[in-house]
Amino acid sequence: MADTKIIVNCETGEVSEVELTAAEVKQREADAIAYAKAKADEEQAAAEKASAKAAIADRLGLTADELALLLA
Amino acid sequence: MANTYVKIATVSVGSGGSASMTLSSIPSTYTDLLLKVSGRSDYAGVQASLYIAPNGSTANGSVRILFGSGSTAASYNYAQINIRDLSANTSTASTFGNTEVYIPNYASSTTYKSFSGDSVGENNATAAPAGLSAALWSNNTAISSLVLTTDGNFMQYSTATLYGISKS
Repeated sequence: MADTKIIVNCETGEVSEVELTAAEVKQREADAIAYAKAKADEEQAAAEKASAKAAIADRLGLTADELALLLA
Repeated sequence: MANTYVKIATVSVGSGGSASMTLSSIPSTYTDLLLKVSGRSDYAGVQASLYIAPNGSTANGSVRILFGSGSTAASYNYAQINIRDLSANTSTASTFGNTEVYIPNYASSTTYKSFSGDSVGENNATAAPAGLSAALWSNNTAISSLVLTTDGNFMQYSTATLYGISKS
């Protein structure tokens, strides 16, 4: 992971590259874990929804394309 | 005719990448702000979020996102200002996501601030994410800086350009 941040002062145009503090590094690590979990939850929800749709299509004797056309 | 669309500053990421891009000391003299980001994250996925912390604050944020990827459509909400999506490390090589965020009335000290964003994570595949984000910073403080972060780090050549929009 990069451990620096770039800051541009909009008034002066000065650009500085600054090391992250220990607290900022720790927060980033926590954020990365939280994002990975949120992403996994989203993917799980999407997979369950796709599975449920497929089951309904099956029950109705429709293909996935036919079901998508009906829902469009 | 008055110049009502003015570039304020640009942040560019050099080699080695960067954890964040900050635009500080934003002048209070404009009516609205427009932020344009061309970004790529080193996150190990197709897409990554762009997070915006007004005045460095991650508190009092909320967002509703309408998201589509070419094969799925969804709606998400988060308790922070999250503009989805930028390109990330497994998207087509050397491509960058494009994001535009409009922030009206940013210098007000009496109202909350809205962030209206649209973004595309470029990817030459079925999964090419696009999103519309409606975010709110529930804080009356005038915005004087914007801290941009992503999942992972911004890769080299990512840029963020801030424009000031004046009503006259």
